Amino acid sequence: MNALEIRGLTKVYAGGVAALKGIDLTVREGEFFALLGPNGAGKSTTIGIITSLTSKTAGSVRVFGDDIDRNFEAAKRHIGLVPQEINFSQFETPLDIVVNQAGFYGVPRRIALDRAEEYLTRLSLWDKRNVPSRALSGGMKRRLMIARALLHEPRLLILDEPTAGVDIELRRSTWEFITEVNKAGRTIILTTHYLEEAESLCRDVAIIDKGKIIANTSMRALLEQLNVESFILDLARPLAAAPNIPYVKCQLNDPLCLEIRVDKTQNLNDVFDSLTGQGVEIMSLRNKSNRLEELFLRILEEGSQAGGSATANAAAEASAKAAAQAESAVDSAKEAAS
Amino acid sequence: MNRLLRNRVAFETLLRKEIRRFTRIWVQTLLPPAVTMTLYFVIFGNLIGSRVGEMGGYSYMQYIAPGIIMMSVINNAYANVVSSFFGAKFQHHIEELLVAPIPNVLILAGYVAGGMARGLLVGIIVTGVALFFTRLSVASVWVTLSTVVLTSTLFSLGGFINAVFAKKFDDISIVPTFILTPLTYLGGVFYSIDLLPKFWQTVSLANPVLYMVNAFRFGILGESDVPIGVSYLVICGFIVLLTAISLTLLNRGTGIRS
Repeated sequence: MNALEIRGLTKVYAGGVAALKGIDLTVREGEFFALLGPNGAGKSTTIGIITSLTSKTAGSVRVFGDDIDRNFEAAKRHIGLVPQEINFSQFETPLDIVVNQAGFYGVPRRIALDRAEEYLTRLSLWDKRNVPSRALSGGMKRRLMIARALLHEPRLLILDEPTAGVDIELRRSTWEFITEVNKAGRTIILTTHYLEEAESLCRDVAIIDKGKIIANTSMRALLEQLNVESFILDLARPLAAAPNIPYVKCQLNDPLCLEIRVDKTQNLNDVFDSLTGQGVEIMSLRNKSNRLEELFLRILEEGSQAGGSATANAAAEASAKAAAQAESAVDSAKEAAS
Repeated sequence: MNRLLRNRVAFETLLRKEIRRFTRIWVQTLLPPAVTMTLYFVIFGNLIGSRVGEMGGYSYMQYIAPGIIMMSVINNAYANVVSSFFGAKFQHHIEELLVAPIPNVLILAGYVAGGMARGLLVGIIVTGVALFFTRLSVASVWVTLSTVVLTSTLFSLGGFINAVFAKKFDDISIVPTFILTPLTYLGGVFYSIDLLPKFWQTVSLANPVLYMVNAFRFGILGESDVPIGVSYLVICGFIVLLTAISLTLLNRGTGIRS
């Protein structure tokens, strides 16, 4: 079963700005799905529509088969949302916040209190359950929103930039927890600016730009499109200038650190032979971690060069068709509005 | 779990949250009306009232007591909903309700019930204060209770609509300051409209607060400037109207959904 099915989703704001231009998106049950895109691409609008915080102009959204218009109560019960901004009362205690939220979903208070103890303990917040939430640290507030989103036990958990501004240690523990939640069977949709997080956590990915889905595929398939790889080499002896090898792009980050970009078809033994021949002595080697970032920027660039119709893969071609249909829907909506 | 039970839990949760909100900050919500109304009784009832003499066959203190009680119910029912709902919008925790599967009618009912709870609690406190200054008997328990419940409902709805449209804190004080207070003061709290010239008597009949104050006074003293049936008609008519407006605004997402 699909956890989420979006068809022809269009959003034109009152000022005439088309935030979404007829996007199609499917997320299968149990997936750990990344929705990526630059600021203003339409990620938060999409999430806002799925969670009923934003009204749509056209299109349909189904959550585990339940339409958000026709069967909104059932659709909402499937979803837990961890928003980008802190959105709980700063005067209430963590315990009240999570138990009340469960109550809004119809979970009886006794059951909600039991679950609150479980989730607040797992997220290291139980000791703080009775302090005013404004006294919590930024990281604790974000963990509190995760606990709040889970208390009614949703099948689909949506996390909108959940680790923005959170320190590394806390980010790691948050992701360990979310990974456990996913392994327990919940579908996760994630938006993040930390692309390496999406790369390591998510199995499937969609990239949205200017209100259109420009790539929608598995993370593996997406990364396979990256035909160059970057390596960071720590050197034994300092270099005055980057070596000159015709088929390798070399850049000296500092005298003891060399970055090389190598085509995936290139034999690495030949590369190392050439470097050795030029007197480069390598002490250690590692992959540059921002592979997805490179690909992400390239896809966005291709999309913008081709007037938004470029596709990253076969799935993206379908998106482009949908986008074309959406543009006409947007035009119609504008006409109707005028 | 069936839908009815889920909705009941959701409503109870919202009501409990609202009651906890205003009791948590009782120094700001419950104490001020007690102090203010004490001053009203001391100044208007005791000092000035002793020179005014009888009104409608009752001492001035007895005459104004129902109006003062009703005035505090009106102000607090309104203030509770307008500040709570606008605060929820301002801090964005209204989103906790918007993402949840609660029908809009229950969101409205929860906030209105919270406003009623504060209005009625303040009404009880102010009645307690009034009993220090004068003797109050109840001419009709049913009229007294129904009037105060309906009036707190009506002004809770008014506070809700104000909060829906409010975009900044100024917006939630403009209506109480420039509309609600004048209507209350000119609604027969401190005087009988029989004391006014004919023209101003007629003008006063356009003030809905007049009907609520007089219906409540009828419940306590058995004395009213207007027919009690008309009072119920006006109060219920406004409740129906404001409920319809509130639900329309909620269904459209005015002020809360982009």
